[in-house]
Amino acid sequence: MSTAQLQYQSQSVAKPYFIAAIGLFVGQVLFGLIMGLQYVWGDFLFPEIPFNVARMVHTNLLIVWLLFGFMGAAYYLVPEEAERELHSPKLALALFWIFLTAGVLTIIGYLAVPYATLAKITGNDILPTMGREFLEQPTITKIGIVIVALGFLYNIGLTVLSGRKTVINVVLLTGLVGLAVMFLFSFYNPENLVLDKYFWWWVVHLWVEGVWELILGAILAFVLIKTTGVDREVIDKWLYVIIAAALITGIIGTGHHYYWIGTPSYWQWLGGIFSALEPIPFFMMTIFAFNMVFKRRKQHPNKATVLWAMGTGVMAFLGAGVWGFMHTLAPVNYYTHGTQITAAHGHMAFYGAYAMIVLTIISYAMPKLRGIGTAMNDRAQIVEMWSFWLMTVAMVFITLFLTAAGVLQVWLQRYQPNPMPFMAAQDQVAIFYWFRELSGVVFTLGLLLYILSFFIKGKQPAAQPTAA
Amino acid sequence: MPEIFTKTMARNIYLGGSVFFVLAFLALTFDTTARLPERDNRENITEQVALGKQVWEENNCIGCHTLYGEGAYFAPELGNVYQRFGNSKEALKGFIKSRPVDGIPGRRSMPQFNLSEEELEAIAEFLKWSSEVNTENWPPNING
Ligand code: HEM
Ligand code: HEM
Ligand SMILES: [Fe+2]
Repeated sequence: MSTAQLQYQSQSVAKPYFIAAIGLFVGQVLFGLIMGLQYVWGDFLFPEIPFNVARMVHTNLLIVWLLFGFMGAAYYLVPEEAERELHSPKLALALFWIFLTAGVLTIIGYLAVPYATLAKITGNDILPTMGREFLEQPTITKIGIVIVALGFLYNIGLTVLSGRKTVINVVLLTGLVGLAVMFLFSFYNPENLVLDKYFWWWVVHLWVEGVWELILGAILAFVLIKTTGVDREVIDKWLYVIIAAALITGIIGTGHHYYWIGTPSYWQWLGGIFSALEPIPFFMMTIFAFNMVFKRRKQHPNKATVLWAMGTGVMAFLGAGVWGFMHTLAPVNYYTHGTQITAAHGHMAFYGAYAMIVLTIISYAMPKLRGIGTAMNDRAQIVEMWSFWLMTVAMVFITLFLTAAGVLQVWLQRYQPNPMPFMAAQDQVAIFYWFRELSGVVFTLGLLLYILSFFIKGKQPAAQPTAA
Repeated sequence: MPEIFTKTMARNIYLGGSVFFVLAFLALTFDTTARLPERDNRENITEQVALGKQVWEENNCIGCHTLYGEGAYFAPELGNVYQRFGNSKEALKGFIKSRPVDGIPGRRSMPQFNLSEEELEAIAEFLKWSSEVNTENWPPNING
């Protein structure tokens, strides 16, 4: 592997992490397509792959590939920020293989045996943690995740603390520690469903609307510094303000999940007020990305990366900010709770914020990790930008169709004078599920084009003297 | 951002703000858990209900259904299924027991889980218990 492009040799461990992330992303989307079809063709692949199994594979692969992406991002940017080699590249590689093996084995477990059997053979009754949304992994997998996280934090932590302590590094490390700490609540599974749900959100909400925003902000700030050449002081200040807004609104904003699960009614206004402010940090990220690009001091040859970075700003705001706000006030949520509107928001928010930031850092780092240069050749970049538009526009349509299905579902099943049973309402909105599936196919084509862009050869752009 | 607003000020807002809201959230959590006993029907969490929750989890029911609106959106809400089935545990058990192994042609199908009589009774008790928690009148109607 030629790593002449890297400032620090040890940054190269990021490469397998990014490759694995993309591979698992493909798996995630394929299972999305299976489920999308099951929505309209009920017994498709039944009983071999029941819907719940496909869903676990879809959502768990999503989380795992994002984690691979975050870890790859950390291994790539922390040495450069700290101005020193990674503490232990060997440990990073070992953890890569452990995490990948554990992940693949878990997915095989989901697909190969009934879930109840998996629970039995992995000893779920000793420490029951399985069978809760997003936290379906067998307890031993969860323990494996904690071990990998500890090794990772040790490696990254030592590198950060013994090197130049930039704001980006410290914020990133804080976010990553937060990610690991909040995950520990996945081991708490009381018999009382209400308590179980209360603390389940400490993993799910306090991840995506809490500590992950620190990771998102830090990666975005890093890429913007590198591609625009804007003064670090300016970027640091933005980063602080963004993460301040994220935590000030997002922590008590958890209350938007405490309306109807048995918790006291004061959460209806507490959760409503604070979560209604949660779009602010996402809006600031949009302004941040555009502002920095307009103020740029240089024309970075990697145009695709700049596109991804600006796209992240916009799509995170739309998916999390706008689609989140839509159903976050209690009087609205009373009707929309747990409908296709939730699914619409979940898709655009996860894609717009976290999938896109990982694709942004991959776009920036991969040409260097592969020893190609600061950027891919023009043809490859054009294909990459096409894939950006295909995936992003397809995701917008997925969101719009699910929103339409959701609004109708709410009307038919919950609002009109003679509410319909669930399945009757589902039949009425089936057309939108077909359109969603079609958009999903376009999304998949976009993803395949994205992968193709890595293999397109062409004339390298002339090296720019100012390029970082 | 204007120069009078310095990086140090931004950092202090971040640090102060997050510490304050973490503490506020912990206080609210303390208050919530103290109030839960009047709302969460815990006096009726029998051994059977606890086993029912385990059956619920170990068959990944949440992978298709919602419970209190959380989970998957492929199949009906179950927080009030006990009432929807006419307050009848027998009806619930009968439904779960009778799912065809190969599904229902062309329709969304629920798997046959081959639950034992004890597990069936437990899951029915669990769903009955969960329908009796104070959820602020959610779901909006009997259809979930
Ligand atoms: C990037 C950030 C975000 C991500 C990745 C995200 C993702 C999700 C997901 C996956 C769910 C469904 C959870 C479940 O399965 O039960 C959800 C629910 C929800 N989100 Fe977000 N979200 C984000 C930000 C926001 C923001 C900023 C708001 C408010 C302005 C918001 C408001 C909500 C609400 C109200 C629900 C509950 C929906 C229901 O009642 O069914 N989200 N979110
Ligand atoms: C080919 C494209 C895709 C299709 C057809 C698809 C389809 C689906 C379906 C059918 C569900 C289950 C909804 C339910 O519970 O009833 C789901 C859940 C989910 N998918 Fe996708 N998906 C696709 C791509 C993606 C992408 C690209 C992301 C994120 C980057 C994503 C994130 C999620 C999340 C977070 C959930 C859980 C949502 C919630 O709990 O509200 N999906 N998807
Ligand atoms: Fe939330």
